[in-house]
Order: sequence, then structure tokens, then C-alpha cells
Amino acid sequence: MASTPRTQALTAADVVRRSIEGGRVDWRSAAVEALLVGLLVLTLGVLAWLLVVVFVNGIPVLAERGLDFLTSPLAARPDEAGVGQAITGSLWLMGFVALLSFPLGIGEAVYLAEYARAPWFTRLVNTVVRNLAGVPSLVYGLLGLAIFVVALGDVLGPGSASGRSLLAGGLTMAILVLPIVIITSAEALRAVPGSIREAAFGVGATRWEVVRSHVLPYAAPGIFTGTILSMARAFGETAPLILVGAVIGGFNVKYESVLETLQGRYTALPTTVYDWARKPQDFAGNVYAAIIVLIGVLLVVNALAIYLRYRFERRW
Amino acid sequence: MTATSGQHPARLTIGDLRGSSSRRRRELAVRLVFLAAASLSIVISALIILSLIGEAWSFISQVDLTLLVERGWFPRRDLYSIHTIVTGTLLVAAIGMLVAAPLGLGAAIYLSEYASARVRRIVKPVLEILAGIPSVVLGYFALQVLSPTIVDPSCAGPTQAYNMAAAGIGVGILITPLIASVAEDAMYAVPSSLREASYGLGARKRTTSLRIVFPAAISGIVAALILGLSRGIGETMVVSIAAGATGGSLFTLNPCEPGQTMTAAMTALATGSDQVRGASLAFPSLFFVGLVLFGFTLALNLVADRFVRRVRIRY
Repeated sequence: MASTPRTQALTAADVVRRSIEGGRVDWRSAAVEALLVGLLVLTLGVLAWLLVVVFVNGIPVLAERGLDFLTSPLAARPDEAGVGQAITGSLWLMGFVALLSFPLGIGEAVYLAEYARAPWFTRLVNTVVRNLAGVPSLVYGLLGLAIFVVALGDVLGPGSASGRSLLAGGLTMAILVLPIVIITSAEALRAVPGSIREAAFGVGATRWEVVRSHVLPYAAPGIFTGTILSMARAFGETAPLILVGAVIGGFNVKYESVLETLQGRYTALPTTVYDWARKPQDFAGNVYAAIIVLIGVLLVVNALAIYLRYRFERRW
Repeated sequence: MTATSGQHPARLTIGDLRGSSSRRRRELAVRLVFLAAASLSIVISALIILSLIGEAWSFISQVDLTLLVERGWFPRRDLYSIHTIVTGTLLVAAIGMLVAAPLGLGAAIYLSEYASARVRRIVKPVLEILAGIPSVVLGYFALQVLSPTIVDPSCAGPTQAYNMAAAGIGVGILITPLIASVAEDAMYAVPSSLREASYGLGARKRTTSLRIVFPAAISGIVAALILGLSRGIGETMVVSIAAGATGGSLFTLNPCEPGQTMTAAMTALATGSDQVRGASLAFPSLFFVGLVLFGFTLALNLVADRFVRRVRIRY
């Protein structure tokens, strides 16, 4: 009689359960749950496996070469080749995205969410943007090849670049990430409740004033997350750059002006990984080291986006 | 609008409510700028379709159409067997789906129905990180690790380092997070009342998850699978690195052999030499393959879109 009512209640529940289950263990349910856990663990395990392989093989090269690996230009010998040019090229590409895709994409999202009145137009643009987001990245490379490399090649990349210029790559990349910027920004804008807009209209603000000083600031964290994700995409994307000529590139150190750099040949970090991956086995260490740099940057960028989303997630 | 006292108050006209004309002009200008930005995506879509169709047409009109079903894809020798690379694409995508569908759906069911809030909060961002790993990385992983450790022992006879099975598994790993995330969203959105009704009838957790929630979310789950397939068909770098993008491929159905997908064939054309712009049909063939690829993924995406919309209407 020393037991407390609480344990008595628990015991009662156990008794009830036992009488329902008849003392049998529900093996099938246990098997299903184990199977599901197993599949999830397997998925995460592959990620862990990949990271371990990359780090075990790449860290020695990074440790041995140190800063030299990060700053050296492309070279024929693995112990001299580095990712200096590749990082510069990738930063340029991100610059194109920031300068072109952000204003245009956010502008398009603002129009869709705040201005558009004709339902057919909104529906058309929504469908078009969703389909653009689903187009394989390689097809954007074809677009860039047809327009920026071939048709406009003499303007964008004259001379030795034969059209395969940094400008062509940057413009292609800017178009590629545009749908991501539009979709995430429009989502963030639509999440701002109508009462905020109505309050601003009520005191006589025009639509642009409402958007600029009320809707955009409230939607800013969401838009920011989208722009970070699009930067990450621009940093990791390879396929379209191969079509518009980043593999054969490499910055010419003698470029004197910004214009010359823009019109010249280029390379980017993921295309350098691709290029080295096709070389003989003695480049393997370099490939893994470059992958560490690539994944490192992407992890930081993605983690920042995830953090921002959880930090500023707002329930209205 | 100022009414002077003693007199009749001045009539309020529309003009008084319009505000200053400079403000109105600015409003109009801003609206036009945004409209121009909004038209951009339509312009881009039109440019993609026009540039694909233009060059593809010049390919179709020049090539000997019987060559399209020849025994191999060797554009530099003027052998444009499109059915070789379409088969390769479907084979790699099928292997990818065999890997990704169980992994992705299993992870989705567990996360949506079984996992505690804490596990969800940790695992979902990790899956997003997996989704963010660039495809070049998975391609190299497939070539260096998956090919010798998984594919080689399971293939009969000597296997080459480059093979479609490794590429397919790599593609599968790449699309698993996508399938998991879309399917999990669909299952999580199933209203709790359905689960409670099921429990109320005495159903077990496993019955509720697999017989109630899973069917209720089926359109979202099908959409997840279609999106994954579409992504797998459009995936380039994994195949290009792991399946041996040497520029050509014989027709084969054996995943243990090197092969070529549409995407890998295109990158091989673009990198093999930078003379793709030469006189041969290689350059327009690039766009023809691109158009076929575009058609495949567009059709799949439209179907997936329709399924997603059905979820939204139901609940």
C-alpha cells in the first residue's frame, strides 16, 4: 500500500495495454518503425560518408599547401595548381547575381504580389516562373551559348576569349537564379498580412510608399533568405558554365582594366573541380581540397540562410 | 479644398483626392519599372524556346533522319543516335529513382509521422544541407567511392571505373532530399482529424501512417516522385563525371558499362574541344538534344504541378 496514486495509474494503463495486446509484442509495427528509421539513417549516413571521404582526402593537401592552395592559379602540375583564379571567378559570378538578379527578381516579385491586378497576367507569370525554376540548368547554358557566346560574342568576349567571356558566364548565371529570387521573394511578400498595407493606405500612403516603407521591410528577412540561397546556387552550379566556356578559362593575370577582365576568359570553383576530376589520379588530392573549399563556403552560406529563417520567422 | 467660413463649402472634387501630381507621376513610373521586371521572365522563357527551336530545326533539316536510331552517339563522326542517349538518360534516372524513392519516402514518413519535434528540428536542416551539396561533388564521390565499393562487387565480370550504375546511384543520392522534403510537406499537411479518426477506430500508428496519411497525401507524394524524376533526367554533372563523358557511347542497356545521357552528351560536346562552333552538325545537335531534354522535364513538371494543386484543393 506504499505506492502513490501516480504509479497506480501507470500500472492501470499497463494492465489495460497488456489486456489489449494480450502480452504479445507487435513485431510488425516495430519492424515498420525500424525500417523507416533505417531509411532515414541511411540517407544521413550517405551524407556523413561523403563528408568523411572528402575531408580525409582533402585535409592533407590543404594542410600541406595552406594558403598557397587558395591563392595559386591553375597549373598543369598538381602540386602547383591552386584555386585562386577559381575563387576569383566564382566571386565575380556572385557579383553578377547580386547586381542583376536581386533587383530584377525582387522587382518582379513586388509586381506580382503588390501591383498586378489582371488575374490572367499573374497566373501567366506564375506559371512561367514555376516552369523556369524547373528547367534543367544545362538548358540555361544553351541559352547563354546561343545568345551571349554566339550572337553577342563579338561584343561580350572579343579576341582570344572567342565569346566565352566572364560577361557571358555572369549573365547566364544571373538568368539561372532569377526564378529562385522571384519565388522566395514573392512568398515573403505574400506572407505580410493585408492589415499592414491597409493601415498604411489608411493614412494616405501611395502604393509605392506602402511597399517601400512597410511591406518590403517586413518581408526583408524572407527575401534575404532567398537571395542567400540564390548566391549559394550561383556558387555551386557547374553545368551551364561548362557550356558557356568556364572550363577552358583561367584568368589572364595581365588583364589591365575591369572591362578587359569582363571580356576575358574565366573559370569558377565548381568547373575547376570538374576539370581536375577528369585529369589523371594524381589530381585527386587537389580535387578533394577544392571540394572542401566549395562545400565549406556553401555550408556557411546555407547555414546562414537557415539560421535567418528560423531567427526571423514571424507568426502574424 | 479649404472651405472659407461663411461661404458655401467648396465642392470636393476627384482632383482634390488625387494628391500631388508629382507623387502620381512617381507612382506611375515605379509601376512601369516593376511591370518591366515582371515581363522579364516571360521574355526569358521565349528566348529559351526560340533559341532551342531555331538551332534544333537547323539540325533536323540537315541530318539524315535514319541516323537518329543508329547504334551509337558519336557526334564527331556524324553519328547522332538520339535513342542511345535517351535510353541512357532513362536508365540512369531509373536507377536514381530506385535509390531515391525508398530513401526519400521512408525519411518523409518517419519525419512526418514518427519523429519527435526535436528530431524534426535537427534532421530537416541537415537534409537541406544534403540538398545543397553541388552535383560536381556527388559526381566525383560516385566515381571515386561508389563505383569501386558498391558497383564493382555487384557487377559480373570486370567493370570499368566509369559506369552508369554509379552515376545512377549518385543521381539518386542527389534527389533523395528533394523527394523527402516535398513528400514530407504533403504528409505533414494532412489534417490531424484524419489521424485522430483513425486512432479512434483503434488503428495502430503503422496502420494510420501507411493506410490513412500516406493515401491522403498521395498527390503530393506522386508530385515529389515526378519532380525527383525530372531533376534526375536534367542532372548533368554526376553523369558527366561518373558515367564517362568521353564524347560518344554505344547503345547499351547494361548499367555496368559506361554510357551517355542527354545532359552528359551535351557537356562532352561543349568540352571535348572548343570547336563545337565549327562547320559540322555538332553545334546544332547540342540544341536538338537540349530541346528533347527541355520537352521531357517540362512535361514532367507540368504533371507534378497538377498533382500539387490537387493537394491544395482537397484540404
